[in-house]
Amino acid sequence: MPTKLAITGAAAVAHAMRQINPDVVAAYPITPQTPIVEYFAQFVADGVVDTVMVPVESEHSAMSAVVGSAAAGARTMTATAANGLALMFEIVYIAASMRLPIVMPIVNRALSGPINIHGDHSDAYAVRDAGWIQLMSENSQEAYDLTIIATKLAEREEVLTPAMVNLDGFITSHGVEGVEILDDEVVKDFVGQWEPKYPLLDVDNPITHGPLDLFDYYFEHHRQQQEGLKNAYKALPEVFAEYEKISGRKYDFLDLYKMEDAEYVMVVMNSAASTAKYVVDELREKGIKAGLIKPWVFTPFPKKEFLEALDGRKAVVVLDRAMSFGKEAPLYSLVKSALYEAKERPMIGSYVYGLGGRDVTPAMLHIPFEEAMKGELDPNEERYLGLKE
Amino acid sequence: MPKYDSWKEMPIAGVIDKPATAREYNTGTWRIMRPIVDKDACINCMQCWLYCPDMAIDGIVKEDGKTEMVGFNYDYCKGCGTCAKVCPVNAITMKPETEFLK
Amino acid sequence: MPVNMKQLINLVAKEDWPFTQGHRLCPGCNAPMVAKWATMTAKALGYEPVVGAATGCLEVSTTIYPFTAWNVPYIHNAFENVAATISGAEAAYRSLKNRGKLKTDKPIKFIAFGGDGGTYDIGLQSLSGAVERGHDFLYILYDNEGYMNTGNQRSGSTPPGADATTEPVGKVKTGKVQFKKNIVEIIGAHENVYAATASTSDPFDFMAKVEKGLKHEGPAFIAVLAPCVRFWRIPESDGPKITKLAVETKYWPLYEIDRGVYKITRKPRNFKPIEEYIRSIGRFRKALQHPEYKEVIEEMQKYVDTRWERLLKFEEATKGMYLR
Ligand SMILES: Cc1ncc(C[n+]2csc(CCOP(=O)(O)OP(=O)(O)O)c2C)c(N)n1
Ligand code: SF4
Ligand code: SF4
Ligand code: SF4
Ligand SMILES: [Mg+2]
Repeated sequence: MPTKLAITGAAAVAHAMRQINPDVVAAYPITPQTPIVEYFAQFVADGVVDTVMVPVESEHSAMSAVVGSAAAGARTMTATAANGLALMFEIVYIAASMRLPIVMPIVNRALSGPINIHGDHSDAYAVRDAGWIQLMSENSQEAYDLTIIATKLAEREEVLTPAMVNLDGFITSHGVEGVEILDDEVVKDFVGQWEPKYPLLDVDNPITHGPLDLFDYYFEHHRQQQEGLKNAYKALPEVFAEYEKISGRKYDFLDLYKMEDAEYVMVVMNSAASTAKYVVDELREKGIKAGLIKPWVFTPFPKKEFLEALDGRKAVVVLDRAMSFGKEAPLYSLVKSALYEAKERPMIGSYVYGLGGRDVTPAMLHIPFEEAMKGELDPNEERYLGLKE
Repeated sequence: MPKYDSWKEMPIAGVIDKPATAREYNTGTWRIMRPIVDKDACINCMQCWLYCPDMAIDGIVKEDGKTEMVGFNYDYCKGCGTCAKVCPVNAITMKPETEFLK
Repeated sequence: MPVNMKQLINLVAKEDWPFTQGHRLCPGCNAPMVAKWATMTAKALGYEPVVGAATGCLEVSTTIYPFTAWNVPYIHNAFENVAATISGAEAAYRSLKNRGKLKTDKPIKFIAFGGDGGTYDIGLQSLSGAVERGHDFLYILYDNEGYMNTGNQRSGSTPPGADATTEPVGKVKTGKVQFKKNIVEIIGAHENVYAATASTSDPFDFMAKVEKGLKHEGPAFIAVLAPCVRFWRIPESDGPKITKLAVETKYWPLYEIDRGVYKITRKPRNFKPIEEYIRSIGRFRKALQHPEYKEVIEEMQKYVDTRWERLLKFEEATKGMYLR
């Protein structure tokens, strides 16, 4: 029987990790990810899990050690945020190229500078091209579920791609909510055992990991990585369906809220979607056909699903919790490009909000809808919500 | 030589799934000077065998328990001359490869 | 009983070379000697070595896809993180063994190879972390005193006056001015570690240290002076001859710090002046033409003399005083 606990998002993720019971966890603390590592370290200290924990001296070494561990053939996890992820950056790419199914919760935090410990999505965006699967969660329940889902997905032989599970710093990681925790046995059966393809520790069949890969084959290896992500895209519905069977909770590429007849659509990721849903409800009460799309999957980017969901709508407003300096905001530009093939292109507008943890209020989220309804969207103008203009 | 014509055939992850495939690449073609051993002078101390950075010297332990320097593996010998330098009795001489052109 | 020549020859006859022909290091490079001796020693002792390498000459020249000169499991991750990478693999080994998931019950030993750049400089933090955490691994530094893979740039190991492209000898400068960082003391100061120096002039001293390092349950570190024949501007055949001179001039004393206990493993009967060592290496040639370099040599002589005296005293003073 699943148990309902009132816990923080960080605790929820730590429970998912406990149930996944990885062979190795190597991690380094950084606000707001720290409680995940602390909870998990306590599980180890109390003998609740027999995972080998490597308390490394930096995130760079965390990612390096998990690469060594996963290459050795062990199920391996870590977690980080913002500056920690940035310090790992080089090895984040290498982990993906070495096709190691590492699962890494990212507690989204503003990537300096100046230094700021609160939530935005600049860290997730910074690694969007690194070759990892990126799952996005609105709340603690989703962070818990997606951590388990990510493990199953990443380890599939045709996928073998590491996965990040994003949850918003403080709002999700430190906020206490009711979270339904599955039975340990159920999770254990669901994730099963990982059978590594090329374990380094197979001393009877010595292999070489991480060679110098010059112009004659590097391109091909990257094409293979692309295939891994294509396969992840194909496998996701299956894994989601399997998870629904054990949990009763339904996931998809996109969380569609009141979208059946929606004319004005907001696209937003993670925790702000809760506020946006509230705003959609308010607009609906006034008879306005508002709707919301919140991607659960950012990479592989569900382009087809966006196209299907948005084709023919009156207007789309895309909210990004980070800027892409000198370019269009990341989610906006992806959604916009998905609409290139639309038969009836909606009006579209870009809104940047909530940088460095700035509060997101319902009043703020009404603005994009109002501008959309007034026909005032400009696809070439980035607008800011809550900025001291 | 391991050669792949398509990304679909290759092992993923850049893994080289067999050991010691470098042997399919002959570094002996780099050689300018060739080591020649005078077996009459050689005392089979095996220093050259131990030192050769290219594992290009063959050695055995004979049935009587004595070691023997068997000769050079010119497929890989790069002609560095380290063997000649470390030989305690100067039994190895380095000769220009041009002398061996037929 | 330390490994001997016959054991090594028999090992190769029976089991093949653990590090094989066909690598593309320069003719006469001393790095492959280090790799060869270390892996052979591990094998001869009945261990299965699992090797990690930092980016550098040894790594790039031995694993050009799809060619590998490694006959044992091998992993390269990046330049600055071989110690962290191997620490992860070693953690995985412990975990999988404990959980009964390991396919083999042969005893595995982890060996990390790093150049001086990957060890003294960019990889120092990762190495210090892995040593402090007490992972069971042997780190072998092949010290060629510069970033050779990228064309001879200075490192924290480059000696004063050695010509390096990022700190060249010029009209007003005698090249790099700083002395080598003392890496063995730095690692030895972690106290839980077996740390030692070695030289390509003395393979059996090195292999005895490899054996000690592998048998030490915990971190071990060996710094091997291993010339880059190319950028040291020395004849391809002369690496071991020059490292012999390094030992005889006190430039590179052979010793170990075993959990705080100092032991000099080779004590030359007569010492030669440091200038003889410097003059034997082409990369000092430009500095030697510089009038101010004479003073640097004098300083270096004073330094190596003092260091040697100090070592003798440490040896005396730390006898039997294992810190851990
Ligand atoms: C993070 C990073 N910085 C720089 C480099 C470029 N680089 C590759 S190898 C190398 C020098 C290696 O020097 P060392 O460790 O002494 O090994 P050697 O080549 O001398 O054997 C440098 C600077 C890199 N690969 N990665
Ligand atoms: S010349 Fe060099 S490569 Fe050739 S056998 Fe002698 S030591 Fe080995
Ligand atoms: S080093 Fe000289 S004497 Fe010794 S085995 Fe080689 S050739 Fe013979
Ligand atoms: S450049 Fe120097 S270190 Fe690199 S392979 Fe050549 S001799 Fe060895
Ligand atoms: Mg170097």
